[in-house]
Amino acid sequence: MGSTACFIIVSRNDIPIYEAEVGSAIKKEEATHQHQFILHAALDIVQDLAWTTSAMFLKAVDRFNDLVVSVYVTAGHTRLMLLHDSRNEDGIRSFFQEVHELYIKILLNPLYLPGSRITSSHFDTKVRALARKYL
Amino acid sequence: MIGVGKIKQYSNVLDKPLSRGKQEVSLSAFAFLFSELVQYNQTQVDNIAELERRLEDAGYAVGARVLELLCHRDKGNRRETRLLGILSFVHSTVWKVLFGKVADSLEKGTEHEDEYMISEKELLVNRFISIPKDMGTFNCGAFVAGIVRGVLDGAGFPAVVTAHFVPMEGQQRPRTTILIKFAEEVLRREARFS
Repeated sequence: MGSTACFIIVSRNDIPIYEAEVGSAIKKEEATHQHQFILHAALDIVQDLAWTTSAMFLKAVDRFNDLVVSVYVTAGHTRLMLLHDSRNEDGIRSFFQEVHELYIKILLNPLYLPGSRITSSHFDTKVRALARKYL
Repeated sequence: MIGVGKIKQYSNVLDKPLSRGKQEVSLSAFAFLFSELVQYNQTQVDNIAELERRLEDAGYAVGARVLELLCHRDKGNRRETRLLGILSFVHSTVWKVLFGKVADSLEKGTEHEDEYMISEKELLVNRFISIPKDMGTFNCGAFVAGIVRGVLDGAGFPAVVTAHFVPMEGQQRPRTTILIKFAEEVLRREARFS
């Protein structure tokens, strides 16, 4: 039985710039929409929580049935959000830190407009590889 | 032998490590590049305000990236959530990385609650530039003002940032002051948290 996990990166303006289903379980079609809905609903909570702490990793901020939303907020208020059913906190923290580094490298590209969609297929490959490694 | 001692070739920028890189950049190369940037923008606009805005926008892009990079590299992944925190981040860390030294001074405005000033005796970008009389109050420091605005905006502290010349007695060249005026919501949020 695999694990469900949906990962999105939301920019400062609340626009998703990257999405990926990274769990190992077989996905049903409705599940994808539901995952995205849950993650968007958690954005309000993240907004308030982000200003109360100077840490980047916010751990679990919201729950839905047995799925947990964990969030990592970067300095530029870009939110890396993961919807998952596992409890492996250290793995999730390492996953977020590695994706954060990848995101910074994408951001440093002067031709990348901050807040626009990340279209690099290499980035996609690396994120999925990291998800397999840590989640 | 050819190929021996060759450094590892990375196929994609995402595979390269985020190293500190070279700490120094040639001053003359930068001054030349910056002067070309200003001259290019001069040909594209009709008035001074538009020129300042373009320089600011160029700086804004730098500021947004500098914020993320420095918080990750130098601050060990701690975000700034308080006003004084982000101001001292700009005044020390950002200035140190961009100009090799911390800014000369950081002051709070006396007339208004929402104004802060970062002053520099000789701003690096203005060092090799003289403004002709007919350009009035134009200041190439608008580029640095844009960088500061990019950092503040990215961190969630929207502000209007401008660069001004402040003449000093006893000195031939005026001091440059970066004036930061925070938006209403920043002050309201600060009041809520303190």
